[in-house]
Amino acid sequence: MSRFEPWTPERASEIIAQHQNQKGATLPILHALQEVFGCVPLDAEPIIAEALNISRAEVHGCVTFYHDFKREPGGRRTLKLCLAESCQASGGRALEKRAKEKLGVEMGGTTADRRVTLEPVYCLGLCHSSPAAMLDHDVYGALDEERLDELLKEAQS
Amino acid sequence: MTRIYISRDSGALCVGAEAVAKKFRDEAKSRGLDVEIVRTGSRGMYWLEPLVEVETPQGRVGYGPVKAAKVGELIDAGMLEGKAHEKCIGVVDEFPWFKNQTRLTFARCGIIDPRSIEDYRAHGGYEGLKKAIAAGPKAIVEEVLTSGLRGRGGAGFPTGIKWRTVAETPPQQKYIVCNADEGDSGTFADRMVMEGDPFELIEGMTIAGIAVGATYGYIYLRSEYPHAFETLKIAIEEARKAGYLGDNVMGSGHAYDMEVRLGAGAYVCGEETSLLDSLEGKRGEVRAKPPLPAHIGLFGQPTIINNVLSLAAVPLILDKGGEYYRDFGMGKSRGTMPIQLAGNIKHGGLYETAFGITLGELVDDIGGGTYSGRPVRAVQVGGPLGAYFPRALFDTPFDYEAFTAADGLIGHGGIVVFDDTVDMAQQARFAMEFCAIESCGKCTPCRIGSARGMELMDKIVAGEDREANLVVLEDLCDTMKFGSLCALGGFTPYPVMSALHHFPEDFGAAKKRLEAAE
Ligand SMILES: Cc1cc2nc3c(=O)[nH]c(=O)nc-3n(C[C@H](O)[C@H](O)[C@H](O)COP(=O)(O)O)c2cc1C
Ligand code: SF4
Ligand code: FES
Repeated sequence: MSRFEPWTPERASEIIAQHQNQKGATLPILHALQEVFGCVPLDAEPIIAEALNISRAEVHGCVTFYHDFKREPGGRRTLKLCLAESCQASGGRALEKRAKEKLGVEMGGTTADRRVTLEPVYCLGLCHSSPAAMLDHDVYGALDEERLDELLKEAQS
Repeated sequence: MTRIYISRDSGALCVGAEAVAKKFRDEAKSRGLDVEIVRTGSRGMYWLEPLVEVETPQGRVGYGPVKAAKVGELIDAGMLEGKAHEKCIGVVDEFPWFKNQTRLTFARCGIIDPRSIEDYRAHGGYEGLKKAIAAGPKAIVEEVLTSGLRGRGGAGFPTGIKWRTVAETPPQQKYIVCNADEGDSGTFADRMVMEGDPFELIEGMTIAGIAVGATYGYIYLRSEYPHAFETLKIAIEEARKAGYLGDNVMGSGHAYDMEVRLGAGAYVCGEETSLLDSLEGKRGEVRAKPPLPAHIGLFGQPTIINNVLSLAAVPLILDKGGEYYRDFGMGKSRGTMPIQLAGNIKHGGLYETAFGITLGELVDDIGGGTYSGRPVRAVQVGGPLGAYFPRALFDTPFDYEAFTAADGLIGHGGIVVFDDTVDMAQQARFAMEFCAIESCGKCTPCRIGSARGMELMDKIVAGEDREANLVVLEDLCDTMKFGSLCALGGFTPYPVMSALHHFPEDFGAAKKRLEAAE
C-alpha cells in the first residue's frame, strides 16, 4: 500500500553514494532519500555525516531547518493546500477549513487510512488562478467547493 | 496539416490543459484529422486557460477557456479553420490585453515550444550570446550598465554594477547563481520563464559567465516547482548537446556549464546569502554582509547572484543593445517590468509593460477588478513583505522610487487584489505568522518579535486592551524594522503597519487614536 520502500541502512548508503560526489551534496542527498523512503529518518544522519565528512550535528541542523524534510513517511498521497495571501484573497481560508473537516485531519496530519497527508504550502506560483493546490506533483487551480471536493476524492482514491 | 498550440505551463495544467490536449489527440485520431499539437508555455492570460490556438493564414486564432468536454463541439464549429465561436478571442497577437503590452522578456513565452532549441533560435534565441562573444567580457558589462537594468528579485540593485564587481576580482573559480526561489505570494513570472522560455534564462546565465569569467552556474529552484524543474533539466541538456554549454561555448573558447538544484521549502532561502549557504549544503541562515557575494560568495568564491528575470532580460540587451532597453521606462526604473496580477482578480496573469503605469490602471483596467465582482478594497504589492495599498493610493506609478516614497515596495512585481470582505487585521496577523514560520532564527527581533506580534494581533482582534496593545505593536514593528539582519524580519512591519495605517477601522479603536494623533 505504501508507495515508499522500507528503511534499510544499506539502501540508504547506496542512494547517498550516488549523490555524494557533487559539491554541496547535502540537499540533493536528503531529497533523494525522501523520494525513496518518504522521509529522512534520524538513522540516516550518521550515514550522511560519514559520507560527507561533516559532523552529525551539521546534518541534523540541516534536516530540521527545511520544511520539506519529514521524519516519518506521510500517506500514500500528499495534498498541499496553498495558504498564502493570494489564495487567502480568493477564498482559500474557507477551503482549508473544508479540507480539514472532510479529511478529518489538521494541517500536517495523515488520514487514519493513511491515504492522504494534508500539508500547508505558501504559494505554488499559481496565484493567477487562486486558490491553488498540489496533489503529489499535479497542480490544481481556480478551486471552489465543488472542485475541492473532486480533488479530495481523487486524493483518497 | 493543421497546427494547434496548447500550453504545458503549470498555470494551464492547473485548470485542465492536459485533459484538453488529450481530447484533441483522441478527436483527431477518431476523425482522421491531420493535426499537430505543439505544447507551449503560457501567454500569461490565465483566465483564458486552457487557451487553444490554431494556426491560420491570419495568424494564430485563440479559443479559451476550453473544457475537454467541449472539444468535439469546437471542432464541429470549425475551429480548426479559425471560425468564429463564443470562445474565440480572434487572432491572439491582436487581442488588446496582449497587444498593448511591451513584451521584451516574454516575447517568446507562450509562442514557442520551450523544449525545442531550434524553435528558440528561430525566434531570435542565441543572437545575444553570439554578439556577447564577439564583443568580449568588458563590453558585455558595459552594455548591461547602459541598459539601466535593476535586479528584479526585490531589492532593485543595478545589475551592471554587480557584474562589474565580480568581473574586477582576480581570475579564479567564479560562479553564476540564479535565484529561482520565487517565494512571494502573487508572483509567477520566474516560473513562466522557466517553463515557457528556459533557453532565455540559460543564455542569460551563459552571457553572465563569459562577462565575469565564471565557468559554472547553478539555478536554485524552489521545490514547489516540479514542472519548471523538468523543463529546465531538458533544456540544459539540449543546450549542452547543441554546443551552447560546455568546454567551448559556441566555439568561442569560453567554458561554461550549469545545473539546477532544488530548494527545500524555506522562504528565507530566497535571500541571497541564505540561498548560497543552502546551495553549499548547510542550513539556510542569512549571512552578515559584508563580505558581498560578489567577493566571497558560493563556496567562498566571487559569485553573481541574480533573479531569473534579471538574467532573462540579458540576451535581449546584448542583442538589441543597452540603449534599446533603457529607452523604456521612467526615472531610474528602466526597461520593462513583468507585472503579475493575482488574488481576487478578474484577469489574473502576466502583464509586461514599461515602468510608469499606475497601480489603478493595473488593477481596475487591465486586471478588470475583482473576480468576485465586489469592490476592490486593498492590494498587496511585492509579496508577503510588501505594503497593503488602499484605493486612495491607486495613482502611484509603478516605479521603484515612487513605491518607496509611498512606504511600499515593488519587490518582484506581484499585485494581490482583495475585495471588501477582507479583514485587514487578519492580514496583519498573517504577516507576523508568516515571518514566524519562515524566520531563519538568526536574530531575535525577527525570531521572537514575530511570535510576539502574532500574540499581540490576537489580543487586538479580541479587543483586549486595544489602545495599549496597538502602541506595543508599533513599537515592536520599529524594533523589527531596525534590528533585523535581513528583510524578512526587517520588512514584515510593512504589511502590518500599512494595514493598520490605511485600514484602522479593522483594528477597532485604532481609528480614533490615529485621528487624535494627527
Ligand atoms: C526573505 C527574502 C526573500 C527573498 N526571496 C527572493 C526570491 O525568491 N527571489 C529573488 O530573486 N530574490 C529574493 N530575495 C532578494 C535576494 O536577496 C537578492 O536581492 C536577489 O536575489 C538579487 O538578485 P537581483 O539583483 O537580480 O534582484 C529575497 C530577499 C529576502 C530578504
Ligand atoms: S531577519 Fe529573520 S530571517 Fe533575516 S536573518 Fe534575522 S532571523 Fe533570519
Ligand atoms: S498564493 Fe497560493 S498559489 Fe500563490
